[in-house]
Amino acid sequence: MREFRYGRATGVAEAVALHAGNPEARFLGGGTNLVDLMKSGVESPELLIDVRGLPLDRIEVAGDGSLRIGATVTNSDLAAHPEVRRRYPALAQAVLAGASGQLRNMATVGGNLLQRTRCGYFYDTIQPCNKRRPGSGCPAVTGEHRNHAILGWSEHCVATHPSDMGVALAAFDAVVSVHTADGPAQLPLPDFYLPVGDTPHRETALPPGALITGVTLPPAPVAARSRYRKVRERASYAFANASIAAALDIRDGVVREVRLAFGAVASRPWRAGTAERTLTGGPATAEAFAAAADAELAAARPLTHNEYKVPLVRNLVVAMLTELAEEAAR
Amino acid sequence: MTAPSLAPGRTGVVGTARTRLEGRAKVTGAARYAGEVPFAELAHGWVATSSVARGRIRSIDTEAVLAMPGVLAVLHHGNAPRLRPGVGLFGPDATLQVLQDDRVPHVGWPVALVVAETPEQARAAAEALVVTYDEEPHDVAFSADHPGVYTPEARPPAPPDVERGDVDAELAGSAVVVDEEYTTPEEYQSPMEPHAAVARWENGRLEAIDSNQGSYAIAQYIAQLFFLDAASVRVTSEHVGGAFGAKGVRPHLVFAVMAATMLDRPVRVVLTRRQMFTMCGLRTPTAQRIRLGADADGRLRAVDHESVSYSSAIQEFVEQSTRPTRVLYATDALRARTRLVRLDVPTPTFMRAPGWAPGSYALESAMDELAERTGLDPITLRLRNEPAVAPASGLPFSSRNLAACFEEGARRFGWPDRDPRPGVRRDGRWLVGTGVAASAHAAMTAPSTATATAEADGTFTVRIAAADIGTGARTALHQIAVDALAAPPEAVRVRIADSDFGPAQFAGGSMGTASWGWAITEAAAALRERLALADEIPADGITVRADTSELVRARQPVERHGFGAQFAEVAVDPASGEVRVRRLLGVFAVGRVVNPLTARSQLVGGMIMGLSMALHEEGVRDTASGSLVNGDLAGYHVASNADVPPIEADWVDDPDTHNPTGIKGLGEIGIVGTAAAVANAVWHATGTRQRHLPIRLDRTLTR
Ligand SMILES: Cc1cc2nc3c(=O)[nH]c(=O)nc-3n(C[C@H](O)[C@H](O)[C@H](O)COP(=O)(O)OP(=O)(O)OC[C@H]3O[C@@H](n4cnc5c(N)ncnc54)[C@H](O)[C@@H]3O)c2cc1C
Ligand code: SF4
Repeated sequence: MREFRYGRATGVAEAVALHAGNPEARFLGGGTNLVDLMKSGVESPELLIDVRGLPLDRIEVAGDGSLRIGATVTNSDLAAHPEVRRRYPALAQAVLAGASGQLRNMATVGGNLLQRTRCGYFYDTIQPCNKRRPGSGCPAVTGEHRNHAILGWSEHCVATHPSDMGVALAAFDAVVSVHTADGPAQLPLPDFYLPVGDTPHRETALPPGALITGVTLPPAPVAARSRYRKVRERASYAFANASIAAALDIRDGVVREVRLAFGAVASRPWRAGTAERTLTGGPATAEAFAAAADAELAAARPLTHNEYKVPLVRNLVVAMLTELAEEAAR
Repeated sequence: MTAPSLAPGRTGVVGTARTRLEGRAKVTGAARYAGEVPFAELAHGWVATSSVARGRIRSIDTEAVLAMPGVLAVLHHGNAPRLRPGVGLFGPDATLQVLQDDRVPHVGWPVALVVAETPEQARAAAEALVVTYDEEPHDVAFSADHPGVYTPEARPPAPPDVERGDVDAELAGSAVVVDEEYTTPEEYQSPMEPHAAVARWENGRLEAIDSNQGSYAIAQYIAQLFFLDAASVRVTSEHVGGAFGAKGVRPHLVFAVMAATMLDRPVRVVLTRRQMFTMCGLRTPTAQRIRLGADADGRLRAVDHESVSYSSAIQEFVEQSTRPTRVLYATDALRARTRLVRLDVPTPTFMRAPGWAPGSYALESAMDELAERTGLDPITLRLRNEPAVAPASGLPFSSRNLAACFEEGARRFGWPDRDPRPGVRRDGRWLVGTGVAASAHAAMTAPSTATATAEADGTFTVRIAAADIGTGARTALHQIAVDALAAPPEAVRVRIADSDFGPAQFAGGSMGTASWGWAITEAAAALRERLALADEIPADGITVRADTSELVRARQPVERHGFGAQFAEVAVDPASGEVRVRRLLGVFAVGRVVNPLTARSQLVGGMIMGLSMALHEEGVRDTASGSLVNGDLAGYHVASNADVPPIEADWVDDPDTHNPTGIKGLGEIGIVGTAAAVANAVWHATGTRQRHLPIRLDRTLTR
């Protein structure tokens, strides 16, 4: 582990200025991912800029009814917030499904969005890995990939994004607020994460040195009836094999609005737009749910060890939407 | 002063629940582990490991690293002290011949030790050290039909092959035959405390504080390895934070001794979690084929168990997975075969219930399949095949109360009400089922020595080089000593884990408490005889030493084992493949229980590890690089708290008159049988057999 400098910023502009022009600087949130990456030699920053002293630790309802979540709000506080629980229950459930109590007390919203993949090759510095060392190759595609992507991957990288929180944010059209030397900017989540292509090391559209200041959730009445379910290999303290955030609004047996996003299937939280379009305006039946899942998963390209994710996601879509539909009928 | 009066035959402390003597010191942090004992002038060693699976070291660029801040030395095969070859606890052990040549036998093999003033400096330098290799093609792909499979040499306690009766003829004549293959993956002991040692020279003696399972044997071994006089080495291991078989002699200690000798100052070496996954042994994967032949009424005519496991290129370690088959069931014909294949992998070693745990998964799963095919209740089937003598050796059992375990367990678990049909019980999205399996483990005793001292102040001190690896051994030995001395508990001190106390058995093979307890009992009896004749106790006390070597050797050849019955209830969500264990019950026959409190936690702990083996644990090896893909505790899953349901463990009376202390040992038996009970319950829940561990969700998912 390399020796590094440590600094604390108290204002947004100051934080950005400290980072400016230094490609070896990193912002430090809870450190629950960054410090691990430093210990395993994946990251070796020269300067850490602690952002937890920034005035970004609040959750507020804006004039238009949207919810503004500061970048340094801890995962625990996010999950416990009454407005989050009432208006976006799937988000609270997603956060609580992640990591452990101690980790959630430290982890921040900004850090959660930027946490790196859990691909075992990525963490082991003796291995080649295009994400860690561009151009060195991807051993996972032909090697061990049981928990890797089935959607949207390329032969350059088949890793998944591990965040649970991000899956719910994707379902609810979150917009990421950032701040650079040029001032503030907004990035809707679909533009925030970049496609894998041949640059798996470039994960987001954040300009160099950009600070995440918060996340905004636009009002979404459908989200009040939403749910998150995570399937994993032990009952807690494990990353998902697949997860799903779902919201459903039914009137007279017809789907008026539906939100669906999947986790642990792609390099980013996967908004299931095809499935949503297939369902909207149609019947809320198990057959329709299955057909919508199939439509979304038609694009899936599973590998030898992760082919199970296709039926798993399909089963989850049917089970979750059926549950939500039954709940609505009650 | 006058000798204390000893009331002969006073008993009472053994058999009562006692909290750990060192419990308070542990929870307050006062108990120091090998990695945290402070020393002036302490230097720190950091191990650099190979990144290739097979080949030779071409170059090590020590110069750049020696210029780094705080770096004192870089040890490598070109400059490290020569070690005596062919030394080992269980025969020559090549895993300790570190830095002796340029060969690399597996990924993660230690290739250098960097010593620096601080651990951070040592680590930075070790990570910066550039080592180049001449790589050679490697092979880490394990399978039962690997062309390199061979029969290992016979070595105790179990010869590789047993053949009794005509298995093929009996199978051909059987009304019902089960013929299935079962596999278990690489599993890692993963104790909480990492391997750590500090070594220093003190008045011409080498003193080491080490985290291990047996200080005496390790001191001997270090003396031999470094061409030292046995008396000039002392190893202590006061507190050890878990071992599970991984803490014999390990390279960290060899490195600490090398560096302390070269630099002539105290040196500490602590391994990282990732290094523990490559340098400290593991449980080999197994591929097992079981063939059972039975009459229509379930009476076994043939049992054939073949187990293939792997070992490294440099060392033969044999996982004796057919051991349960040699003692559990009566059969007309028996064949047990142990096979091995050598790969470019780390050397496996003992892991809690070696052989017994993976072997019982295969055998007890196959027995459940036989119960299904004969239409018998799984417990009825087992009781029908209770043997009068051990099926492999033909020897009688010292005591065997397996049937009592099944009967008591069945009653408590509610087994008699069980509907045998698979796949028919629903609870919301979950399918629910129950399963059962037998447990067994050898109950051996090994020679040990102990001393007992009557102090001038009327108290007693017992010394024995026993190891308390977190089990509560110290407390149990105190109880045994108190009863044997017929003294009040507060008047008895037990000191352990110091090689200067003389030869004593390892904390391994479930032999510790039985072996040490016997030596303590003998020493106490001898002391009481001496005291009966003594008028007064001199200032330096009266000390007697006992050695049980002759007593152990003179014992009758009988089959000594603990037994048990384990019951599991599981829930399986077929849509997601998730498996959750809802409850576990184990009833054991394990001789005399010294301390019900710590005994129960050993049994429950074993069952949790068995649950973990059933559902979670799996080292995943990458064939291209030969490296472990999940060599950390985020990737290598052990059961979390949320996975562990209410677990009950209890025991039935099991008097064993062949052993004067009546103790059988119970540190390992808890893990034996759990995985099969869970797998059998998953079948009962879903109707699908689970012949590969762990029972992952992609193996149970409805497609
Ligand atoms: C054992 C373990 C289990 C876990 N299990 C789960 C799980 O099941 N589900 C799950 O979703 N997550 C899980 N996590 C991951 C956890 O959620 C993340 O580590 C955490 O959310 C990261 O937040 P942090 O604030 O600690 O980020 P840090 O580690 O501080 O930072 C992560 C990255 O974000 C950058 N960063 C941080 N804040 C900002 C900002 N404001 N602007 C710009 N860049 C920033 C950092 O520079 C760094 O690159 C687990 C982690 C561990 C260690
Ligand atoms: S999948 Fe991506 S992260 Fe994993 S090894 Fe390949 S390139 Fe690296």
